[in-house]
Amino acid sequence: MITIQSGDFDAAAEYDALRDSGAGTGAIATFTGLVRDSGDLQGVTGLYLEHYPGMTEQVIQGLIDEASKRWDVREARVIHRVGRLALRDQIVFVGVCSAHRGDAFAACEFIMDALKTSAPFWKKEITGDREHWVEQKESDLARSQNWD
Amino acid sequence: MSDNTITVRFFARLREELETEELNVEALPGLTAGDVLAELASRGGRWAQLQGDQPVMIAINQTMAKAGSSVQGGDELAFFPPVTGG
Repeated sequence: MITIQSGDFDAAAEYDALRDSGAGTGAIATFTGLVRDSGDLQGVTGLYLEHYPGMTEQVIQGLIDEASKRWDVREARVIHRVGRLALRDQIVFVGVCSAHRGDAFAACEFIMDALKTSAPFWKKEITGDREHWVEQKESDLARSQNWD
Repeated sequence: MSDNTITVRFFARLREELETEELNVEALPGLTAGDVLAELASRGGRWAQLQGDQPVMIAINQTMAKAGSSVQGGDELAFFPPVTGG
């Protein structure tokens, strides 16, 4: 299931829901991304996140489908927030249920890496007196291409 | 939206710098996404950045596409900077 929302999410509740969901689940891997104080700029106090409604959900569903072809995925959950976020706010949650840890880790990491370079989200960093659209990182592209 | 119109959408930095969220272009036979990009860039000024140093990503009907991909009436074409979510 995929949700794009402006509000916060409860990672513990999402974990519990994943735990209750899939038959044959023996492992759950989760990832949560947070707003940090330094990115392209230093002294970041918050972020603004924009997305392309409709396309975003379609792209993420494609990533879950691709993960399910490569690994044993019993259930997958992706939440991504948009709008104005403050320091240490949760941005993104990816959770994957699988029979075994290897597939759970790999599918969770793949979905997260691929999301960063293919899902239409854009981050703007905000400091005391500046706003700056974040540039895509070579390191993110490289991580994503490692899965090709 | 009429059948011979293509809706063009812009996101993030491009939306802000072009001060344009959406516009319409006429669908001509054999038109590609790259043709639309070149036509808009030829307006000059801030529009020139559509064919500048910074890469522009393209989606047609909410699916990633390339400059050579063809577009037709009724399509939603989108131009945006490389994505930075997560």
